[in-house]
Amino acid sequence: MSTAVRVFIPRETTALSLGADEVAGAIMREAEARGSAVDIVRNGSRGAAWLEPLVEVETPDGRIAYGPVTTGEVPALFDAGFLAGGAHALRQGAADAIPWLAGQTRLTFARAGVTDPLSLADYEAHGGLAGLRTALEMAPAAIVAAVTESGLRGRGGAAFPTGIKWKTVLETEAARKYVVCNADEGDSGTFADRMLIECDPWLLIEGMVIAGLAVGAEEGVVFLRSEYPLARMIFTEALGRAREAGLLGADVLGSGRAFDIRLCLGAGAYICGEETSMLESLEGKRGEVRAKPPLPAVSGLFGCPSVINNVLTLAAVPFILAEGAEAYRDHGSGRSRGTTAFQLAGNIRRGGLYEAPFGLSLRTLVEEIGGGTASGRPLKAVQVGGPLGAYIPAAKLDIPLDYEAFAEAGAMLGHGGIVVFDDSADMGAQARYAMEFCAHESCGKCTPCRIGAVRGMEVLDRLRAGAEPEKNWRLLEDLLEVMEEGSLCAMGGLTPQPVKSVMTHFAGELRAK
Amino acid sequence: MTRQSPSKTDFDPAVARSIIAEHVAEPGGLLAALNALQARFGYVDGELIAPLADAFNLSRAEVHGVISFYHDFRDRPPGRHVVRICQAEACQAMGSRGLTAHAKEVLGLDFGETNAGEGLTLEPVYCLGNCAAAPAVMIGETVHGRVDATRLDMLVAACRKGVRA
Ligand SMILES: Cc1cc2nc3c(=O)[nH]c(=O)nc-3n(C[C@H](O)[C@H](O)[C@H](O)COP(=O)(O)O)c2cc1C
Ligand code: SF4
Ligand code: FES
Repeated sequence: MSTAVRVFIPRETTALSLGADEVAGAIMREAEARGSAVDIVRNGSRGAAWLEPLVEVETPDGRIAYGPVTTGEVPALFDAGFLAGGAHALRQGAADAIPWLAGQTRLTFARAGVTDPLSLADYEAHGGLAGLRTALEMAPAAIVAAVTESGLRGRGGAAFPTGIKWKTVLETEAARKYVVCNADEGDSGTFADRMLIECDPWLLIEGMVIAGLAVGAEEGVVFLRSEYPLARMIFTEALGRAREAGLLGADVLGSGRAFDIRLCLGAGAYICGEETSMLESLEGKRGEVRAKPPLPAVSGLFGCPSVINNVLTLAAVPFILAEGAEAYRDHGSGRSRGTTAFQLAGNIRRGGLYEAPFGLSLRTLVEEIGGGTASGRPLKAVQVGGPLGAYIPAAKLDIPLDYEAFAEAGAMLGHGGIVVFDDSADMGAQARYAMEFCAHESCGKCTPCRIGAVRGMEVLDRLRAGAEPEKNWRLLEDLLEVMEEGSLCAMGGLTPQPVKSVMTHFAGELRAK
Repeated sequence: MTRQSPSKTDFDPAVARSIIAEHVAEPGGLLAALNALQARFGYVDGELIAPLADAFNLSRAEVHGVISFYHDFRDRPPGRHVVRICQAEACQAMGSRGLTAHAKEVLGLDFGETNAGEGLTLEPVYCLGNCAAAPAVMIGETVHGRVDATRLDMLVAACRKGVRA
């Protein structure tokens, strides 16, 4: 009697956007037609977007991967005996051993693509909940101390030490506190938060419960952007299952401690990723940025002390508790400790999510690991850190990927998005877009940002049309200075970054041709 | 497993009022109510500003201020198929500007416009988190990756025929 062969086909946005559902359907039909028994598991994605849809077959030699699979190739895969790991042009060998994946250090994304994202049992079988179980035996201050010692810094962009933030919330007395997870992921070129939620939602849940234990909060809120419908569906399902299993609720894992999580949706506003704008939004208001102080850690959601962390920050915590602060801190470079999820995007041959310790060089990541441009044309520039990040020209890619080294180079790592452009890019258009985006997304609270961005667009248009180049160049410089100095938040304050990088490295493209 | 557009229904004030009522007690419920209304009807009817203001104890101007702040909220019904093309950098690097121009031409629509006869609406979107498979297009709640002009034509043809590509 033959038992069904387990076939893993990702159910994750990028894999689906490249036809994973259609491939699943084709494999099912073909198996039926041939009388082969298959058991299809919808796993998450391992993050090798360039190989998606990546189909894996469980064999005695481990999980053998094939990709990128198209529906048209399915009959040939059956002919080649792929259900037993047979040879085929798309065969990538054992999934774990694909060099692009094997070269990574997966602390946060260890289970992504391996497990069934909706199975808590699978999560536990792969080491899940060990961090929470440890935390349940610890005093709150000890949990905070472990996070501090790990060197973990916020992955949302500002890289603020997480332990210090948690300590403030722990030490602020209040009847009610919140753990707020920032899943707004507005930066273009980034998708790690989405992948984490779609591929391993339990890890975020576990991280939030630990944060709750650490600071004395019983309520968690996840603010998820509306552009991520699949993440919304998967996380909603996971929350329900977590409650059923007693991971969330009045008695977390029988500990007598309470914690629950609510999922709230954004409504398409980039600025709502800024933490105080997000709080306004969660309170049902216009997402206008609040002046600080008070810090959200003292007076945050509905005026209560609130931990606000990015998805990846919270998702790094279970490892730290399970394996120890040192195990995390051992990775990294300088003051950037641990690993981070780099996201290779845009015009790149091997794009996807690449988790590695800080310190790798940008050139290695883009040229060797990413394989250069997808178009095969010369690489022109790389934008790191989202729409407020600088454009780095091809000649200057030898920067180690850590927070301080980037700051020194006049750039920022931000949320780890790396967008590659080939030589067909019009850098003048990219500079103009930075202003356009700021004008579109400004919350309107302060003039340098609200008016400055519109003026910036106009000046750039005149420059690119060749009108009074000297005068307009100076005007642009003054305007950028006003935005940098006078803006309340980083939206207006950092929009000059991409523009200035174009002025510095691609000045010729800001003049009429 | 295929994700279609959530089934939208025609605007119905009674249903709208019950949706609002569901969110009144929720902390910060106005945004949740607006999201729920838009999910149900595809837009937030201007007629609802007064009942929303009453329910959440706000002025009409305040409710209007919230609605107008968020890019998602439409003030009129969209077509049955909403085609959203990513305008952000990773997609720009893979030709989204050309793709956008092509889409505007074949659909005969500018951003924010609807062809009621064909049931098609064209909108911009700023990153779908599909940046490693750019350019990205979302139709309903389904994301499509590495969309070139030919692929877009096929997707649009499928919408016009009322089936999914
Ligand atoms: C314009 C703007 C947009 C931001 N967008 C995000 C975002 O999408 N996700 C995020 O986690 N942080 C974002 N941030 C940073 C948050 O304000 C905040 O620093 C972060 O959520 C704190 O979490 P962390 O310490 O874990 O990074 C943004 C900041 C600014 C100024
Ligand atoms: S800089 Fe822009 S986004 Fe930030 S508070 Fe001022 S107007 Fe709002
Ligand atoms: S930039 Fe287009 S999907 Fe992210």
